Amino acid sequence: MAGVVGRGLPAMGRPALLLLVMCAAGAQGLYFHIGETEKRCFIEEIPDETMVIGNYRTQMWDKQKEVFLPSTPGLGMHVEVKDPDGKVVLSRQYGSEGRFTFTSHTPGEHQICLHSNSTRMALFAGGKLRVHLDIQVGEHANNYPEIAAKDKLTELQLRARQLLDQVEQIQKEQDYQRYREERFRLTSESTNQRVLWWSIAQTVILILTGIWQMRHLKSFFEAKKLV
Amino acid sequence: MGRAALRSALLLLLLLLRAERLQGSELTFELPDNAKQCFHEEVEQGVKFSLDYQVITGGHYDVDCYVEDPVGNIIYKETKKQYDSFTYQAEVKGVYQFCFSNEFSTFSHKTVYFDFQVGDEPPILPDMGNKVTALTQMESACVTIHEALKTVIDSQTHYRLREAQDRARAEDLNSRVSYWSVGETIALFVVSFSQVLLLKSFFTEKRPVNRAIRS
Repeated sequence: MAGVVGRGLPAMGRPALLLLVMCAAGAQGLYFHIGETEKRCFIEEIPDETMVIGNYRTQMWDKQKEVFLPSTPGLGMHVEVKDPDGKVVLSRQYGSEGRFTFTSHTPGEHQICLHSNSTRMALFAGGKLRVHLDIQVGEHANNYPEIAAKDKLTELQLRARQLLDQVEQIQKEQDYQRYREERFRLTSESTNQRVLWWSIAQTVILILTGIWQMRHLKSFFEAKKLV
Repeated sequence: MGRAALRSALLLLLLLLRAERLQGSELTFELPDNAKQCFHEEVEQGVKFSLDYQVITGGHYDVDCYVEDPVGNIIYKETKKQYDSFTYQAEVKGVYQFCFSNEFSTFSHKTVYFDFQVGDEPPILPDMGNKVTALTQMESACVTIHEALKTVIDSQTHYRLREAQDRARAEDLNSRVSYWSVGETIALFVVSFSQVLLLKSFFTEKRPVNRAIRS
């Protein structure tokens, strides 16, 4: 695309045009609506040493015009990321448009929570926010044009680099799979043990209670001179 | 100069119209009971999009889902599904919305995974897209490997979700075994003591009544 356009423009105009195209197409993506104090959480189950990049953009609902404003300065979103053990990895306040990054150090379910804490919204009763969100994990988080420019790679080298990144992601996922399977096996064995011991214990308790009942009643009836 | 500017403007317009960008979103979120959550995305006309979803934890592992086009027609609607895949070619340009509903459930909140892919994957470098010449053998080998690896990653994701579901069930079973065992033991003690007490009470109450009748 850029090669065809380049013939009609001077060389320095081309990257500017590309930038314009990319901006015009917009970081639209998926969006959802969120209430004033509502918190939305997303779960990412990822292996360790995996990078996660999240981009978001918020728009506020204008009650008078009944439309979403294109951009509202002063809106803030609080992003909180928790690792599988519940420890907070990232807890930061960003503006109405933001980008957050974190790298996992333990494999498992990471929780990414977003909520708006803008005080301005409290003035608009029943206000809602439109949040555009894009979360990229692992290999998808890599910015290939940037990597090509930084390491000065040819197209073929870049393709090879992409393949290497993909294979690395697959390896990490497989290691994580092994770890998960071990956890699953431990849980199953624990259930097995519990079922076994509790069954034995309950049978023993049942027999002992039966014996106690009979002895107690027998001594009771003997005292009453009915036996 | 004017003609060149006009040509570049026209090309820019064409660029924007042709912009079939991949907006692949893969998210896992928690759906509380009696709740509905909707997601929206803008899709161009003629672009194929696909929605895969799966319930990972919660209740009977089922959820309601529907997809609505910009005009308001429901193009897909399923109730109490555990997982499904839906592909559609957009006839109308606009914002498509898909919603997951847990309104039929009273106390189980669900974790739902969905993967919404729009269009084809864009090339990693912007100017790879419109090659005038054919790909070399190396390049086509790279493309083949890339597609194969994508399949591997997809099946890994599928396997991970299934395993998460099974693990959730196994952990649930583990804790339920404990609670029910303790509960049953307590019930056993309570029942045996009350049996004995009740029997004793039958034989202690009758005697004064009999004596009263005899005398």
